[in-house]
Amino acid sequence: MNTQTDQILPFAGILEQAAASLPGADLDWVRAMRIRSYDRYVELGIPTVRQEAWKYTRLKTLEDTVFSPYHGDSNQTVDVLPGIHAASGAGVRLVFVNGHFRADLSNQEELPAGVILENLAATMIRDSNWLESQIANPLLGAAGSLESLNAAAMHDGYVLHVAKNVVVVKPIEVVFVGGLSEGPVASFPRNLIVLDEGAEARIIVHQCSAGTDASFSNTVSTVSLGQNARLSLATLQEEGDDATSVSTTQVECARDSAFDSMTLSMGAQLSRTEQHVALAGEGSSCRLDGAYLMRGSSHCDHTTLVDHLVPNTTSNEMFKGVLNDESRAVFQGKIVVHPDAQHTDGRMLNKTMLLSDRAEIDTKPELEIYADDVKCAHGATSGQLDETALFYLRSRGIPEAQARNLLVQSFLGEVIERITDDVLRDTITEKVVGWLPTGGQSS
Amino acid sequence: MLEIKNLHVTVDGTEILKGIDLSLGSGEMHAIMGPNGSGKSTLSYTIAGRAGYDVTEGEILFKGQNIVDLSPEDRAAEGIFLAFQYPVEIPGVANTTFLKEALNAMRRHRGEDELDAMQFVRMLREKVKELGISDDMLKRAVNAGFSGGEKKRNEILQMSVLEPALAVLDETDSGLDIDALKIVADGVNRLRNPERSMLMITHYQRLLDYIVPDFVHVLAHGRIQRSGGKELAQELEKNGYAEFTKTDAAA
Repeated sequence: MNTQTDQILPFAGILEQAAASLPGADLDWVRAMRIRSYDRYVELGIPTVRQEAWKYTRLKTLEDTVFSPYHGDSNQTVDVLPGIHAASGAGVRLVFVNGHFRADLSNQEELPAGVILENLAATMIRDSNWLESQIANPLLGAAGSLESLNAAAMHDGYVLHVAKNVVVVKPIEVVFVGGLSEGPVASFPRNLIVLDEGAEARIIVHQCSAGTDASFSNTVSTVSLGQNARLSLATLQEEGDDATSVSTTQVECARDSAFDSMTLSMGAQLSRTEQHVALAGEGSSCRLDGAYLMRGSSHCDHTTLVDHLVPNTTSNEMFKGVLNDESRAVFQGKIVVHPDAQHTDGRMLNKTMLLSDRAEIDTKPELEIYADDVKCAHGATSGQLDETALFYLRSRGIPEAQARNLLVQSFLGEVIERITDDVLRDTITEKVVGWLPTGGQSS
Repeated sequence: MLEIKNLHVTVDGTEILKGIDLSLGSGEMHAIMGPNGSGKSTLSYTIAGRAGYDVTEGEILFKGQNIVDLSPEDRAAEGIFLAFQYPVEIPGVANTTFLKEALNAMRRHRGEDELDAMQFVRMLREKVKELGISDDMLKRAVNAGFSGGEKKRNEILQMSVLEPALAVLDETDSGLDIDALKIVADGVNRLRNPERSMLMITHYQRLLDYIVPDFVHVLAHGRIQRSGGKELAQELEKNGYAEFTKTDAAA
């Protein structure tokens, strides 16, 4: 195949083409950040399978498709918007179409005092100094190529800031609709979540496609949790077959804070969900859960890194998936226990059920432990449907196709049951049931 | 009710059952006893239709119909029930949901109306009361985290709900202490009736103290070696299976 050098770098020159029309063009720090990030992106290039972190996921679509950024007509009508709590239009919901904020489809009312929820471009105008203090990534020097590309090209996204001790009871839903354009379109959403001390919030992100055009989205979210703050973040990725979706979430947890995430991946031609959690305060914890359902030739990648930096922190990860046809999944989970992080409790589990002998799972759980008094466990399994269980159900009169579906539900149930929001849990269960093949299959 | 004629069964290329003949009349309770490796479980799986148990010769007639080519679910709908030696845990699927799905799948197969949630729950409540099963066991996932005794009781509950014409009980006594055994045996005895035949497969005579069979058969080397009344079980208890485990056992 081509080597990096004979290939034109995707999105080369993106700043010259669009910098003036991007949000924050009048802000020095934004312009500097874009230029610095772009240079880093050029230096690093697009990740290739020669890099260990990208060994199993190849961004092939960037090699053979030219995506034009920002050109989506953002005023198109969207027939049906996904929503769980906000389905009736009563809840809080922000909507982005091809990366553009759509105030007409959004509803930011009903939020308690002390909560700011708006799009990034609005924050740049309203409180540029605060934004700069939060977004300037201290890890920028080490940012990967896609994060750098996002920082250079970022267009819009959501910003949530919850003040000290404010609890946002109702979940906030954010919808990213892609694929609504003439031709391949790229978007670079940039999100920021800041919960001050003792604040609590729940966010449900929907990533979906309304049209059938090819799309590439490169999302970066930064989460900062103050002391004793709690965030629950669910991402429902149901993009179309022509979507390529990569996202990176950076989370920093202060003392006694908790970050819970649930990722459901059931769409897109290719998706990569990367999460990096730094447990930086004593007593902080994170739970990273995921369920993936792939069919056709779809590919999903869940890559996590949890850094236990201080004593008495807890992490718990469970990713379970079902693969049909020629689909492929990648799980790369890494827990690093730093020298000071005594009494770390770190757990990670990845289980995959293969419904077809052409499906593939590449799983790589890793532990790196530099402290001596810790509890850590990791495990990964893959297998087929349990034939004894299938026979058990059939011997009770349940037809084979239905029995298979029950066993898949049972398999995913372990991770879905960990969702504490009843409405969300029921919605995800319904989506799983809807995904299951209904036709009779022979063994 | 059940007539097995010259049944030969091969598993993974090895012939395990080498010509079984067995006949169960309506309402009869038969016990099949035998040493480990004699083919007892193979017989129960073959009757229930498990994949990988290939009938190479002979037939299994159930209510006069040869069922050898029927799927497990079709056999279940026809009225065959197998109580498993090791009931399978199905996390995430509530016991009640499972029972309702199973019963309604069978009713659909037979062209009967499905029970709605109300009708089902009313019926289930009665069954549960008869068998002394707690509501908690119904709400939990199928067999998940159940004790050995709870799993076996759950099998009996399933039998009670599905009302089969033929129940095959595969080592129902295995792994149970005496108290759990009594409870399970009591459940089985309650479900005995003139229309229901039962085939009880066991290694130990102990179970037969609590569930008294009409006939006892000794299975060894893939064949029924001897048949008799319940006194045969006592004889086996005294003498063991030595007589039947010799490699040159009677043809």
